[in-house]
Amino acid sequence: MQSLSRRLVKSRTLLLMLLPCLAFFAIFHYLPMFGVVISFKDYNLFRGVFDSDWVGLKHYRTFFQSRDMWILVRNTFLLGFYSLVFGFPAPILLALSLNEVRRPRFKRLVQTVSYLPHFLSNVIVASMVIMFLSPSSGLVNKMIEALGMEAVNFMVKPGLFRPIYVISGIWQQMGFAAIIYLAALSSIPPELYEAAEIDGAGRLQRLWHVTLPGISETIVMLFILNTGTLMTIGFEKVFLLYNPAIYETADILSTYVYRIGLVGGNFSYAAAIDMFTSVVAMTFLLMANAMSRKFAGSSLW
Amino acid sequence: MPAFSIVNSILLLVVVFVTVYPFVYMISVSLSSSLHVMRGQVTWFPRGFNLGMYKIALTDPRIPRAYLNTITYVVLGTAMSLVITSMAAYALSKRHLPFNKGFTMFIVFTMFFNGGMIPTFLVVRSLGIMDSIWAMVLPQAVSAWLLWVMRTYVSSLPEEMEDAARIDGLRDFGIFVYIVLPLSRAALAAIGLFYAVALWNNFLLPLLYLRESDLFPLQVILRNLVIMDNFEMAVTSTVGVEGMVIIDSLKYATITVCTLPIIMVYPLLQKHFTKGVMIGAVKG
Repeated sequence: MQSLSRRLVKSRTLLLMLLPCLAFFAIFHYLPMFGVVISFKDYNLFRGVFDSDWVGLKHYRTFFQSRDMWILVRNTFLLGFYSLVFGFPAPILLALSLNEVRRPRFKRLVQTVSYLPHFLSNVIVASMVIMFLSPSSGLVNKMIEALGMEAVNFMVKPGLFRPIYVISGIWQQMGFAAIIYLAALSSIPPELYEAAEIDGAGRLQRLWHVTLPGISETIVMLFILNTGTLMTIGFEKVFLLYNPAIYETADILSTYVYRIGLVGGNFSYAAAIDMFTSVVAMTFLLMANAMSRKFAGSSLW
Repeated sequence: MPAFSIVNSILLLVVVFVTVYPFVYMISVSLSSSLHVMRGQVTWFPRGFNLGMYKIALTDPRIPRAYLNTITYVVLGTAMSLVITSMAAYALSKRHLPFNKGFTMFIVFTMFFNGGMIPTFLVVRSLGIMDSIWAMVLPQAVSAWLLWVMRTYVSSLPEEMEDAARIDGLRDFGIFVYIVLPLSRAALAAIGLFYAVALWNNFLLPLLYLRESDLFPLQVILRNLVIMDNFEMAVTSTVGVEGMVIIDSLKYATITVCTLPIIMVYPLLQKHFTKGVMIGAVKG
């Protein structure tokens, strides 16, 4: 142990430099993990976390027996699932398309423009979506009316929430997500293209036999990663876009937790749902890792 | 030009159009007179140019105050995040650091499991930092991902310079300040921009931790005005179709006022972020 204490003394400056960061993770990540004990208690504002009464699995039982649970799990899953199915191929197609452009200035213009939405806040994007889809004066309804059809009140139709969420999500992320594929594309050796050309391969054949195999590893890796985070739907955008008229499709686990816990004050019940969400999200990640080991030959971490 | 290239270019032009046109339309409507908007004459350029809506939007005291709040949170938050992240990245880049593996696991685990909204809220509340600037900058002060990016970058710096500095008498902290930080300027710029954008755009933290409306950042005010229809100005008393058009134009002007700063620093962002993404993509 002598050597360890000597090593600690020798590295004291480094340890001190690491300290604020460790303190941050301890306070804002690990304390909340232990804070989930309130989901096994009836949290009382005045008695605090430690003195509230234990109630065992009561809140979990209530949640598992409620009709809400299935709706929330279904909504969260489907939103993630459709985002993956439609949102995942979009940046690949964009990158492939950009890769075929021969004029560097045009290519740079398209890239620059398509990255921009990634940097806008969810509030700005949601505001724009709601304004453009407004039934009375929105741009989209003006176009629909110009075609002689009747205006649609998009934001109160439960059936339209998922398409709106997924399409606006593609608009936000497609360009930025293409960066990683463009990097993979630029690492394909040009000799392969030359060889294919000499062998008489046309442009589409080169795309199929050289380009796609060249980025297939990146595609598989990112697909597995995205599957792992499928249940981790961001709270902000759903919260900003939804309204009581479309809760049946738009309400997800995190927005429900917010309403029950922070608005309704039922901290213990909401914390139980929080815990459930974390466990489900973690299960997806572990499944993705198992998939990665099997198909990509390496574990994600 | 072969058909393939033409179709491809047209598809890309559609992407450009779909991305840019919403902004063009929004800005044009906000700059046009309500008469032309009502007649549906505004498509590309403003008609009946006027800055009236911007005058109204900027004289609402909430917007300038929210601007100031957001700038304060972004400046303080970015500075703090950069200091904590770069120091930790330097320490973790040293293999001889005791418990290096353990510390790394401690941090990486938080990427896979978190306590959730309610327990985090209770922690923040019990710290007594609700309704203060600390609730805006502390709960997300370090991103495990950006810390990893920074650590990868710092590990890639040549050892020899550090050894030379050590011979010249510099200790760990001196090496960090005089050797590592100056060499990491590109990485610091990249991760600093990611932190700054995240702080500028954050909506969840103020929603959870601020009740005092004087502290609200831009994003909250924007949501209150545009999504919650919370304008309290004389304009809202105008009724009928024209009133609605005016409110819409006012909303577009408000969105534009809040979007402009991001669009203005965008060229700077663009220069640095691709670098940031690439540093992160290389496994360390």
